[in-house]
Amino acid sequence: MDLLLGAVVLGVLLGCFYAAVSVGLSVSFGLLDVPHVAHPAFLVLASYGVYQLNESYDIDPLLAGLAITPLFFVFGLLAYRVYYETFERRGSDAAVRGIAFFFGIAFIIEVLIILQFGVDQRSVSATYIGKSWRFGEFRIPIRQLVAFAVALALTVLLAVYLSKTFMGRAIRAVAQDEEALRLMGANPVRIKQFAFGIATAVLGIAGALLIIVAPVEPTLDRAYIGRTFCVVVMAGLGSISGTLIAAIILGVAESIVLTLFGASWAPAISFAMLLGVLAVRPQGLLGR
Amino acid sequence: MKRRTFLGGAMAVAVVGHGSSALAQQPPIKIGMSMPQTGGLAGGGKASLLGIEIWRDDVNAKGGLLGRKVELVVYDDKSSASETPAIYAKLVDVDKVDLLFAPYATVPTAPIMPFVKQRGLLLMGNFSFQVNSKVGHDMWFNNAPWGPADSWAASFLDLAQKAGGKNMALLTADQEFAQNLALTARDVAKKRNIPIVFDQVYPPNTVEFSSIIRALKAAKPDIVYVASYPPDSAGILRAVNEIGIGDSVKIFGGGMVGLQFAAVMSNLGSLLNGVVNYNTWLPEKSMYFDGTKEFFDKYTKRAVEAKVDPLGYYLAPFGYAMGQMIEAAVGATKSLDQKGIAKYLRENEHKTIVGSIAFSADGERKETATLQAQFRGVKDKDIEQFRSSGRQVILFPDKLKTGELISPFEAARNLGLVAFPAQGQGGT
Repeated sequence: MDLLLGAVVLGVLLGCFYAAVSVGLSVSFGLLDVPHVAHPAFLVLASYGVYQLNESYDIDPLLAGLAITPLFFVFGLLAYRVYYETFERRGSDAAVRGIAFFFGIAFIIEVLIILQFGVDQRSVSATYIGKSWRFGEFRIPIRQLVAFAVALALTVLLAVYLSKTFMGRAIRAVAQDEEALRLMGANPVRIKQFAFGIATAVLGIAGALLIIVAPVEPTLDRAYIGRTFCVVVMAGLGSISGTLIAAIILGVAESIVLTLFGASWAPAISFAMLLGVLAVRPQGLLGR
Repeated sequence: MKRRTFLGGAMAVAVVGHGSSALAQQPPIKIGMSMPQTGGLAGGGKASLLGIEIWRDDVNAKGGLLGRKVELVVYDDKSSASETPAIYAKLVDVDKVDLLFAPYATVPTAPIMPFVKQRGLLLMGNFSFQVNSKVGHDMWFNNAPWGPADSWAASFLDLAQKAGGKNMALLTADQEFAQNLALTARDVAKKRNIPIVFDQVYPPNTVEFSSIIRALKAAKPDIVYVASYPPDSAGILRAVNEIGIGDSVKIFGGGMVGLQFAAVMSNLGSLLNGVVNYNTWLPEKSMYFDGTKEFFDKYTKRAVEAKVDPLGYYLAPFGYAMGQMIEAAVGATKSLDQKGIAKYLRENEHKTIVGSIAFSADGERKETATLQAQFRGVKDKDIEQFRSSGRQVILFPDKLKTGELISPFEAARNLGLVAFPAQGQGGT
């Protein structure tokens, strides 16, 4: 019973972390329909940015994540503009060619990281890494509590931004009917570009959480492609609160399987759950 | 596939003087290999290649082999098993290399074994584990110190049983190398009637090990044998530190890949304390042979430029030793006849910078020289500390031993720097 309870608690923490690394993709892929397979590569790039600031200036990883957020916003604006000019504007098979574009970007990022930092693992130091909180026999790693709190705040903030602010509602509008927006005199491309910038900026914080939770290496993005897309699709495309719920379900399921049934089943669980959810609700948990 | 031909040795040859013109006139002896320079094995691959390059430069400075310059033909195999068969076919049929070295590690090497056997080619193995056990190629010689397949687990369990360990937990990565280790560990445990109370195989890309370590702790094992890969080794040790592993554990570690590399060791710092793990070379007094110190002097300088592991203990000296064995065999047989070289390698003992090497019929070491060493007194964020002796005390094999096991594991972890001051520079 203790083991099960522990697995659930650790699963919720892990799930919130999964939400943080997936929420940007929920905007770029879920709302904007951009086949952003380079999302995990952007995430790893952000982790290396955080590592560099932590290593060189001893800045706390979370503050470092916050510091690189504006840079990632600009990076997102540029990436979308290139994608739009070279693919989206040109026609109906943009999505297929877009996948090739973003795969290319992911490989370029991977190679650039290798050239700059080498192939070795990198990690950061902070007072909350490597320690745990004790409740009797039960211990929770503090780094996971930090990741949980920040991830929760990040997801809630993004959800509020998209539902309450003018720009947020414009982003949702462009996701629902781009043509209608154009008829009303708004420029959907600029709104989508801004939204892609937001989705990329969020990765500054998510990248900090990634390197806080575990060391990173240049090819780590490959480990997150399946998980992040699984969370976003299971959530229902574009649903931020759905992303949080789906990620927590996935985290708890993985943790229970790891603890009680054997670690080798853990990777299967995310896709088994995805298939299960899509069979019952093809639009995802909170999709419309 | 990008070809990289290494001609750096030519510069060294140019300054040799008298013999250099004769050396320059003859075609070079080409040694071909693939090496992981990107992907998961790249850290090791680059360090191994640097060791081989240092040998190439040394041998060329001495006049080459058979009066001919040595040239390396190297391709990046991206750490992938699917790349190596085509690369080795190209090396043999297009590049027409004279000799072959294997890439670093088991996974890229395994698929080329049938090819070299079919063609009757000599292959110098580079740290793969048991790739020849089923192929049975008689021209395969592994530079790694592994020895007989079960010796790795046996040495760890010897230490564990001496410390009072009676049951075992097994935590292994779902990957060929780790599974081979796990297989032998299960066999040895069965022969010794050591019950296995926890046996989990975790998949690659496992993000968080807290749940697994909690389950392992609940099984209350005496011995914890871990066969993990670099990204996971760090995650496992972090989780052990945070969740705890229980007072019952007498010994922890065994087959954790990654704890041999400077970046990982530096990242983990004090989390390493108490862990008993395998290694191949350490800066302890018993590990210095003819040329070892000179090799590390060169390696330490060149590693900075090449951006590879600054310590280079695990693979680089064995890359150099692989070259030394070829140098001795070609020198003795005075030819590049691969059968003759193989016969010489099989029948003789070879002096190298990592000690004497003798091969058994399967091309592995006759006796294991795989070290089991315990981390002690390691502090955080300091790569230089690992150049000192005393940071990894050798517990096995007996002839190289430099200390005794400290057990139980929690006690060993909690012993700090005060108990284990560094014992001076190891000479690297």
